[in-house]
Amino acid sequence: MAMSPKLIPSATQTAGPFFHFGLLQPTWSDLTSGGKAKGDKITLEGRVTDGEGAPLPDAIIEIWQANAAGKYDHPEDAQDKPVDPGFRGFGRAFTDKDGVFRFTTVKPGSVPGRGNALQAPHIAVSIAARGLLHHLFTRVYFPGEGLNKTDPVLSSIEDATLQKTLIAATQGNAGDMPVFRFDIVLQGKNETVFFDF
Amino acid sequence: MTEVTEYNSELKGGQPSNNWPAYGSTVKRHPERPSVALKQTLTEITGPGFANGWSGPDVADLTKQHKGDPIGERMILAGRILDEDGKPVPKTLVEIWQANSAGRYQHANDTHPAPLDPNFTGRGNVVSNEKGEYRFLSLIPGAYPWRNTYNAWRSKHVHFSVFGPAFATRIITQMYFPGDPLLDFDPIYNAVPEEAARQRLIAHYDPNLSEAEWALGYRFDIVLRGRNATPVGV
Repeated sequence: MAMSPKLIPSATQTAGPFFHFGLLQPTWSDLTSGGKAKGDKITLEGRVTDGEGAPLPDAIIEIWQANAAGKYDHPEDAQDKPVDPGFRGFGRAFTDKDGVFRFTTVKPGSVPGRGNALQAPHIAVSIAARGLLHHLFTRVYFPGEGLNKTDPVLSSIEDATLQKTLIAATQGNAGDMPVFRFDIVLQGKNETVFFDF
Repeated sequence: MTEVTEYNSELKGGQPSNNWPAYGSTVKRHPERPSVALKQTLTEITGPGFANGWSGPDVADLTKQHKGDPIGERMILAGRILDEDGKPVPKTLVEIWQANSAGRYQHANDTHPAPLDPNFTGRGNVVSNEKGEYRFLSLIPGAYPWRNTYNAWRSKHVHFSVFGPAFATRIITQMYFPGDPLLDFDPIYNAVPEEAARQRLIAHYDPNLSEAEWALGYRFDIVLRGRNATPVGV
């Protein structure tokens, strides 16, 4: 049983349109410490659009992921796997005027789920913006991964069309880095699956 | 076998819905399909840590970022980051941004014809200490008009971004001022359904925090989700 809460949690409020100067983002869209991280470097990019297909020029995209070995840089990850000093696992990017965000990161390894389940490689995503009173959570999965079929989160979404909104598309290479495209649709026919947890 | 000590679900009455037409920008941006319930995994109960200083030096004094003194009422803004059980959240990143005392943001898209202050940017960041405490010196921001409806004005506010120990505890919110007459008319503030949860977003004037002949003291605590007591494996 949960302990009964004693304090009322703070409510979220919109980030509004004027956050760009307020939030730190010196180099936080590059998670690889300028290429020092171990593993396969990738570009993760996408466009955020609204219910009319218009791009969001004022969204904050944040990502959290395991390193290439499948280890989170966090004290509660008790796995016997190495932390990578060149990889923190957190990224922040702002969308540009065309609604586009872009990260340089590494392909995450797989991490355990609950019990004996194994999760497919994935990246957790948070989206905040003007017009969002509460941030949204989603996940990026990778195409062609054997573990996608048995991933407890992905396989809980039975509708194939909806499941597809969580799987990035390969989009060639930027230099020698593969590019994964993950568009985020906030509303309407192709709306991305968002999570609540 | 991997066990997960989950964070409590957010209390729904205490959180705003994104489907809130009184705030016009939500109309085309709110998801229409219900969100999918995800059982928390290692991914959700972990998140970025800030204890080793990688996010850079604290910027706690917003009144000393330029050559001269900015114009406005000096404000000591301090408080604690706590969880629902009242436990401090140490070593987490707290970022703030705000308008200047005339109600203008240092942002190219802010076209409100109020003066910019060359001595005020309006941004700060600190990492909370071992007791979960943070402290800034800033100015009381001005109210400003916005085009949500005709002749609409935003309540005076300071934007806050806080991480907490996990991706699940991440929060972006706003702090308001006690007695602000604009609060009654502010659809962003009033999107929070429960009165007690709205009150949580209002700072308190604290005479013990004020410094004589120098600055007003406002106290503002942020409460993040707490955790269930028992780990779950399945």
